[in-house]
Amino acid sequence: MSFFGFGSGADIDIILDGADSRKQAEIKTEEGRKEKHSLYYDGESVSGKVNVTMKKPGTKLEHQGVKIEFIGQIELYYDRGNHHEFSSIVKELARPGELMQNATYSFEFVQVEKPYESYTGANVKLRYFLRVTLVKRISDLVKERDIIVHTLSTYPEMNNSIKMEVGIEESLHIEFEYNKSKYHLKDVIVGKIYFLLVRIKIKHMELAIIKRETTGSGPNTFNDNETIAKYEIMDGAPVRGESIPIRLFLSGYDLTPTMRDINKKFSVKYYLNLVLVDEEERRYFKQQEIVLWRKGEKVRRQIQQPASVPSTISNVASPEETSPTANDVEK
Amino acid sequence: MADAEATKRLSSKKQTLDDAYAAPANFLEIDICNPQTHGIGRTRYSDYEVRMKTNLPVFKLKESCIRRRYSDFEWLRNELERDSKIVVPPLPGKAWKRQLPFRHDEGIFEDEFIEERKKGLEVFINKIAGHPLAQNERCLHMFLQDAVIDKNYVPGKVRSV
Repeated sequence: MSFFGFGSGADIDIILDGADSRKQAEIKTEEGRKEKHSLYYDGESVSGKVNVTMKKPGTKLEHQGVKIEFIGQIELYYDRGNHHEFSSIVKELARPGELMQNATYSFEFVQVEKPYESYTGANVKLRYFLRVTLVKRISDLVKERDIIVHTLSTYPEMNNSIKMEVGIEESLHIEFEYNKSKYHLKDVIVGKIYFLLVRIKIKHMELAIIKRETTGSGPNTFNDNETIAKYEIMDGAPVRGESIPIRLFLSGYDLTPTMRDINKKFSVKYYLNLVLVDEEERRYFKQQEIVLWRKGEKVRRQIQQPASVPSTISNVASPEETSPTANDVEK
Repeated sequence: MADAEATKRLSSKKQTLDDAYAAPANFLEIDICNPQTHGIGRTRYSDYEVRMKTNLPVFKLKESCIRRRYSDFEWLRNELERDSKIVVPPLPGKAWKRQLPFRHDEGIFEDEFIEERKKGLEVFINKIAGHPLAQNERCLHMFLQDAVIDKNYVPGKVRSV
């Protein structure tokens, strides 16, 4: 977004180095549209040029200095006034003076830390952007350019399968199994449901992926639940001894990595929700957290590309333990 | 390799033929039939035959057949609302208008009305009897399988036989 004061004399533009060869990523906007921006990783330098173009050539533009900031911030929608900047670096581009013609300034934020992934959600947004400010007496000229940051992880050392027996005494016992507890965003959930006891009249069974965005803390905690995917895995009434396979490809869905307590402001967690529906539309469900992580893409070597390697690859944390005996029936 | 795992054949426990072809363990059918109106004049009332067939172990009798009237269904609904954690489905209407005097028809003893009420009661009782949480309630078992409802009973839970 750029702000123009009265009688402003110039346009500001921010050009990123290597924008043609750098990969772009997509992110949702608050309004639900998709935007594309240059993709950066933690530890990479962010460099480029700032062009200040005079609107009317030949005029003078007095200013109190030109600076550029690299900002990482978290914005909670219910608290718009307060932007929580977890990362803020400022560089001076020009000292106070006069501009009589177009000017170009170079900038470089060397190996700047980008600890979190860019995220736009239901109640919170985390973004990284460059902001150029041309300070003037009455009103500043400001120009912002967003970048997108992805956090990468490697294959986790420990990745146990999830296997549990749950049920309602005397009515329904099942054993469910998912092949892993940590999945990357293009992974496949492979598993099965085994029926041990079926004394209810089941109509169908479905598997859903639920995204839970948690903002706030203590008494002000707010959870936003979104069903990202719902997938019928069985139609009809099973009997004892039947196994129902599960094969769910994650690449078809709009998913982000699991984000835990980001800057103590928000979390994004994912759950598999197994739901059985009986003939009276009663729902029996078991929710299980899974950890999603982002795998780095294969790097294609290019000539003359500066060696930019992410300096941090985070470990994939384990999902929380859930009670193996818990099961719920809609009352 | 991730690809091979994504498409590999899943191995599962073999189901025995006994299990595969056995009668389902969830058999429960309740029919409401044979409505009859008893008494004369002001003391008239209608009741219905409640016929149950099941193989669920929680029910003592695998077959039962008793007669119940609308107020018995109301009693059951109130007991369940109070004691069980389930959301109890609604009964077919009380039909107050039909009980007012000076009607041109038989009011609540009209065949059509009784038939509609019978269907509503059947939907009601099947919904409840199939609910795993309601199956634990003493009042439901008394309603379905005891000849007479003892309104002075001690409310409580039932364990599987």
